[in-house]
Amino acid sequence: MEKRSFRYYWYLMYINAGFIGEIEVGVFELLVEIRWHSRGGQGGWTASNLAALAASYEGKYVQSFPAFGPERSGAPIMAFTRISDEPVEIHSMVYSPDIVVVLDYTLLSPSILSGLKQGGFIITNYTGSEEQVFSSLGIKKGDYRVVLIPASKLALEVLKSKITNTAMLAGIVKIGVVKIESVEKAISERFSKPVAEKNILLVRRALEEAREV
Amino acid sequence: MSRLQLIPKYPREKQVMMNLNGDEAIAYAAKQSYVDVVAAYPITPQTIIVEKYSEFVANGEVHTEFVPVESEHSAMSACVGAAAAGARAFTATSSQGLALMVEILYIASGLRLPIVLAVVNRALSAPINIHNDHSDAYLMRDSGWIMLFAENVQEAYDTTIQAFKIAEHPEVQLPASVHIDGFFLSHTLENIYTLPDEAVYEFLGGPRKIPKVRVDYFDEEVDYVLNPARPLSFGSLALYDYYFEMKIPQLIAINKALDVIKQVNEEWYELTGRRYGNGLVDPYMVEDADIVLVAMGSGAGTIRSVVKKYRERGLKIGLLRVRSYRPFPHSDIRNLLRNTKLVAVMDRAIGPGQYGALYLDIASTLYHERSKPILVDYVYGLGGRDLSPDMVSAMINQLVKDLERGYIPEEERLRFLGVRG
Repeated sequence: MEKRSFRYYWYLMYINAGFIGEIEVGVFELLVEIRWHSRGGQGGWTASNLAALAASYEGKYVQSFPAFGPERSGAPIMAFTRISDEPVEIHSMVYSPDIVVVLDYTLLSPSILSGLKQGGFIITNYTGSEEQVFSSLGIKKGDYRVVLIPASKLALEVLKSKITNTAMLAGIVKIGVVKIESVEKAISERFSKPVAEKNILLVRRALEEAREV
Repeated sequence: MSRLQLIPKYPREKQVMMNLNGDEAIAYAAKQSYVDVVAAYPITPQTIIVEKYSEFVANGEVHTEFVPVESEHSAMSACVGAAAAGARAFTATSSQGLALMVEILYIASGLRLPIVLAVVNRALSAPINIHNDHSDAYLMRDSGWIMLFAENVQEAYDTTIQAFKIAEHPEVQLPASVHIDGFFLSHTLENIYTLPDEAVYEFLGGPRKIPKVRVDYFDEEVDYVLNPARPLSFGSLALYDYYFEMKIPQLIAINKALDVIKQVNEEWYELTGRRYGNGLVDPYMVEDADIVLVAMGSGAGTIRSVVKKYRERGLKIGLLRVRSYRPFPHSDIRNLLRNTKLVAVMDRAIGPGQYGALYLDIASTLYHERSKPILVDYVYGLGGRDLSPDMVSAMINQLVKDLERGYIPEEERLRFLGVRG
């Protein structure tokens, strides 16, 4: 394996944070839980599905579902992904995610951190400065691992639209949950060729610009 | 335990990995099952099954005659007609749709027609609700159908194919329903392993086989099928003179299905490497358990994940998942729960004026045991309320206290999980 696995990052993180021994590192080896925050119509569930597809190509067991309810365009919605080395048994919502992904920066608020595991990841679309991101989340630098992607800006450039769901997939690639090739394969599978090509370009651009703060 | 691993005829690498939600998995399984007639009416959360299947028809991927009916009552009626004419018939519904279908369900089983019905379980109105519980399933409890409950998307796929084989078994010849939890499975994408078309075709023995029956007016046995060349009456009148006698073979057939479900589960294991307990019940760490939780459907997975954690901490606890609700596997359950001290039955439906339906079945199973466990009924997840791992933990902590106390007073025997106020 040429690329570091996600569990490696967890391992590093707990060593760095001095948590090893206190927290069951093994749990994360088996199961990664992601919660996606977006607005109806922005493709949050599609992002969740694409993440699941990508992981499934890497031999993982996956699960992807929205927070079920009548969908209204523009209303805040959630979607959930589980990625595991073993068949996923649990069929409840995700209450304590390892990763929170925010597709729409107007949704950034302390409430989206609900249940996020200690030392978990926040991957967010943003405009403005990183200080603004921290203050809208009500956290200090270092509380969580924060990955910023200027997804709206890139989507406007590449797709000429504000659909950020594929760009945000770069975030989970960045932290090693899935490989970029798998995401590209998932996008090719789900979209028609011209749409897929643009979105793949977008993910690649987003991966270049994604940075941890 | 033997370390010998069976090598399935179609090991993982010969199967096709697909990312499907529960509805799509059922539609795909039906497609592979060489269904002749699908008559269906869409209703949330079953809609995707009908959409998907009509797509297969429109693309010319199947030979199926798709009948877009105007109601569920008509859907089942069309299936009855089709099955009586010798077709392999399939339909799907949920909630109010199943309620409308109930009248014809009894006719399908009474006429011994092996129709397969996918029920995507959803709460019943009022108040109107599109989310999951099992109240609609209990509408058809005594309709004479075989009722199988799947826990995840993989099992939804597997069970749909198995249902055709079970229903069409020469000694069964009864309709069968496959139940999945609305949204929790129907709209949840999971990656599953599917068989190639020819493997399913072979497993089911090709198209539906018509059984032979002996009737007056014909010297030899005739096909049990509507055929103008050899006319038979289906659905004839039988009053106090014959009705009773015609019902008894139905009971014998559904009890026969106990063996057939087990057998098909084993055949599936040899084919794919997957099986679900013995086909009737799927126990987890039940043998030496002091406390056993009994559940059906997708909630069982969530419960098992919590039970595992308590096991790691040394609590003797287990989960018994009932897969075949009808026929109800009394003897398997009795054998498994023989040494249990406390049994908590998890009902995803209420029976107003009574305990939950699954509780009653378990209670009747345990009645004949000399030393009976403490028995308690937990109603959870009505109208789609999520069953979280924390809720299950809270329940188990309470059960541990109950076991220490040694009894549960009568007024506490019906408990509610995750309800406010």
